[in-house]
Amino acid sequence: MVKLTIDGKAVEVPKNSYLIEAANAAGIKIPTLCYLELHKDKRGDNASCRVCCVEVEGRKNLAPACATPVMEGMVVKTDTARVIGARKMMLELLLSDHPQDCLTCGQAGKCGLQDLCYQYDIKESNYRGIMSDFPVDESNEFYVRDMNKCVNCRRCVMACSSFQCTHALDFASRGFTAHPTPPFDDPVSESVCVSCGNCVSVCPTAALLPKTKVKYRNWEVSRTTTTCSYCGVGCQLDLLVKDGKVVGIEPVDGAANNGLLCVKGKFGYNFINHPDRLTTPLIRKDGKLVEATWDEAYTLIVDKITKTKAEFGGDALAGLTSARVTNEENYLFQKMVRAGFGTNNVDHCARL
Amino acid sequence: MTNSIAEVVNSDVVFITGSNTTAGHPVIGARIRQAKQKGAKIIVAEPRVIDLSSDADVFLQIMPGTNVALYNAMMNVIISEGLQNSAYIEERTEKYDDLVAAVSSFTPEKAAEICGVSADDIRAAARLYAKAAKASIFYSMGVTQHTTGTEGVMSLSNLTLLCGNIGIESGGINPLRGQNNVQGACDMGGLPGDLTGYQKVANPDALAKFEKAWGVKLSDKPGVTLTEIVHKAGHGDIKFLYIMGENPMVSDPDLNHVEEALKNTEFLVVQDIFLTETARLADVVLPAASFAEKEGTFSNTERRVQRVRKAIEPIGNAKADWVILMDILNRLGIEKQYSHPSEIMAEIASLTPSYGGITYERLDQLGSLQWPCPTTDHPGTTYLHKAAIARGKGLFKGIEYKPSNELPDQEYPFLLTTGRVLYHYHTRTMTGKVDGLNALSPESFIEINPTTAKELGVNDGAKVRVSSRRGEIATVAKLTRTIKQGVVFMPFHFSEGAANMLTNPALDPISKIPEYKVCAVRIEPFDRVSDYV
Ligand code: SF4
Ligand code: SF4
Ligand code: SF4
Ligand code: FES
Repeated sequence: MVKLTIDGKAVEVPKNSYLIEAANAAGIKIPTLCYLELHKDKRGDNASCRVCCVEVEGRKNLAPACATPVMEGMVVKTDTARVIGARKMMLELLLSDHPQDCLTCGQAGKCGLQDLCYQYDIKESNYRGIMSDFPVDESNEFYVRDMNKCVNCRRCVMACSSFQCTHALDFASRGFTAHPTPPFDDPVSESVCVSCGNCVSVCPTAALLPKTKVKYRNWEVSRTTTTCSYCGVGCQLDLLVKDGKVVGIEPVDGAANNGLLCVKGKFGYNFINHPDRLTTPLIRKDGKLVEATWDEAYTLIVDKITKTKAEFGGDALAGLTSARVTNEENYLFQKMVRAGFGTNNVDHCARL
Repeated sequence: MTNSIAEVVNSDVVFITGSNTTAGHPVIGARIRQAKQKGAKIIVAEPRVIDLSSDADVFLQIMPGTNVALYNAMMNVIISEGLQNSAYIEERTEKYDDLVAAVSSFTPEKAAEICGVSADDIRAAARLYAKAAKASIFYSMGVTQHTTGTEGVMSLSNLTLLCGNIGIESGGINPLRGQNNVQGACDMGGLPGDLTGYQKVANPDALAKFEKAWGVKLSDKPGVTLTEIVHKAGHGDIKFLYIMGENPMVSDPDLNHVEEALKNTEFLVVQDIFLTETARLADVVLPAASFAEKEGTFSNTERRVQRVRKAIEPIGNAKADWVILMDILNRLGIEKQYSHPSEIMAEIASLTPSYGGITYERLDQLGSLQWPCPTTDHPGTTYLHKAAIARGKGLFKGIEYKPSNELPDQEYPFLLTTGRVLYHYHTRTMTGKVDGLNALSPESFIEINPTTAKELGVNDGAKVRVSSRRGEIATVAKLTRTIKQGVVFMPFHFSEGAANMLTNPALDPISKIPEYKVCAVRIEPFDRVSDYV
């Protein structure tokens, strides 16, 4: 364990911690923009925005808290005038090349830049100059790339190369025009991108924004943490709900997925509120399926079960349960077949 | 899985066989690549060049259906070069001699001929695997969907035991389950011979426990499996069939037969979220709620039980599957009422030792629990067989290589293998309703090697007729060098141009899994005018 002092508070943290973790442990919040909290073994790799800078006694330069390892006896200050001045300058520089259209921007309400400018009372930038003018790339089916809104935090590159490991993105150009892009500035649809959306999920701004059917503001949606319903990995995710409809999905750091999702988990949710969903029981009458009440459907089913069982015995009945429904439902299904139908003729399609 | 997903990043060697991981289980694919970035060596044995092939230190492009030949030859190399873990074999396994006898004559040269790869590559793979301190194996349906699928799994298990990779962190033998809750469906007794937690219906003590809990007399005669159910339904022996959340009209082998069988079933109930191909044949269709509309749990491929939470109300008059089933149970005279799925979990836990310590309270608090988790103070189990192999000692089984049930011949000269694409899931009940996914993968196709295609006179994107002894479909040719000459590949997701019109329903005698991965087909270009009318 290492002992240090942050803003006058004594903190003790494990040896390989970074300043930002020590501050968290002491209940002191240091603002960040490029830092990716997930992925412990990659922390500090990014350190490009310098918004997290702090003063360390005995050091000439301000230190990025997200990339500075703790040392015994360190004395750290996170809110001096110098620190705040430096943060403001960073933000003003970022804002000097950022379209200020928060009124219509889809990221408003969870934008790293917007939140920080709010926190530090930055209305506009004192640095005026040329603005980026990148073409907007709408070639991907699920997200839009607008590099005019990029703050060069590198999170997307890190998500794609170090976590998703697809290597569709890297930084191109130097200086003012530096920006993350697929090779040769091609549309992303022509790259090796697999549309996992992990870059989109970590982007702090609207530079990478999901295409959504329903427009929503981030403060309008409720979030429910649940498990992906597609494959057996069991990724954890949040369903974003507006007006009773699932309008988006964001990854959660679960034990199996560690904050990643694939294209199905991230973008494959429109089936939920699809107009083709079955909304009422159907019963076949004169060869056609017609709408019925639950009571009619239940009565018919139970009647058939009872009669078939009485006439031919339980083994004339069978049920196929599902690898897609919950454990509790699978349990009740086999209970229904075994205890209700009187047979062990129950199986599922897991072999497929 | 014997081990947990997160452990793979610390493996020294990862052997991927019969799994196109980045398509079937994309996030595990990403984590295997994270392992590679940390220095792990990768071995891939697959019939096609897959994404992970480019990450592989050794890539073996084997003929479909020759897994056992490959594994046997790898073990032959390991034993003849003395690379096996003798201390582990001595201490924790038995019947080692059976294995030695079965593989001693199975040289890499012999396997090379059968598998269509080089003997040196087999040696390289064997050495890499055997010399690793922690080697993990990941496999999927490419191993199991064969008439010799169970033997393929046993053979892989021999390989792990031989090198002492069972019961260690970042090692193990890890099947990747296809659908989100396959593990749970099996755990919960969705099997003809097993009650929850794999307690056998033929075990009088287990049966008595359930009879007492449920208050009814139960049958001790194991039921019949899916394929037999469909078969019996077709012959009128099964008169009432209830299908929940499955679409055998696209997923089963030999679809012509399935359709006929379901049409012949006297009374068919289908419960699903959409009017699927199967639901269209039903006598009663019940509208179910989607995962977003209900509470519950799923068990993932690493035995991890995680919560499903309700975000929205059921659409229209749809009901959660558990509510529907409870209503029917109640009407059948089994009176128990549940006000929330947590109460069902409590009943499961009371009857199932491996789920004994799982409660909603703990899941909400801890995020997840991996079974076995026998008591409420048990932390769950990240990897199995830590102290000893579950059945006592790890048992070697000598496995002989057997060819697939149906191989190409003059009439049907190509070997068809089937699988998944990244952008769709199973029978597309859900992904088919997502525009972007359809745009990326709009229709059925068949992958053909350009040389083979040239001989056939088929161009890229051309319509072709593919036929087997079971049926005939039209699909689109996709020419690619990622597949060998003489082998062709189709995804099984699509109901138009369905691969499963062609597949061979021959079953593995033990697991009853059909041989989806190998059948013989004929391919013809659509050239006559009459083809288009
Ligand atoms: S969507 Fe996924 S693969 Fe594509 S660029 Fe983003 S992280 Fe990379
Ligand atoms: S696109 Fe987004 S994530 Fe990537 S560097 Fe720019 S702001 Fe950061
Ligand atoms: S997000 Fe993708 S990898 Fe994760 S569980 Fe869903 S389908 Fe599987
Ligand atoms: S958050 Fe630390 S440098 Fe960006």
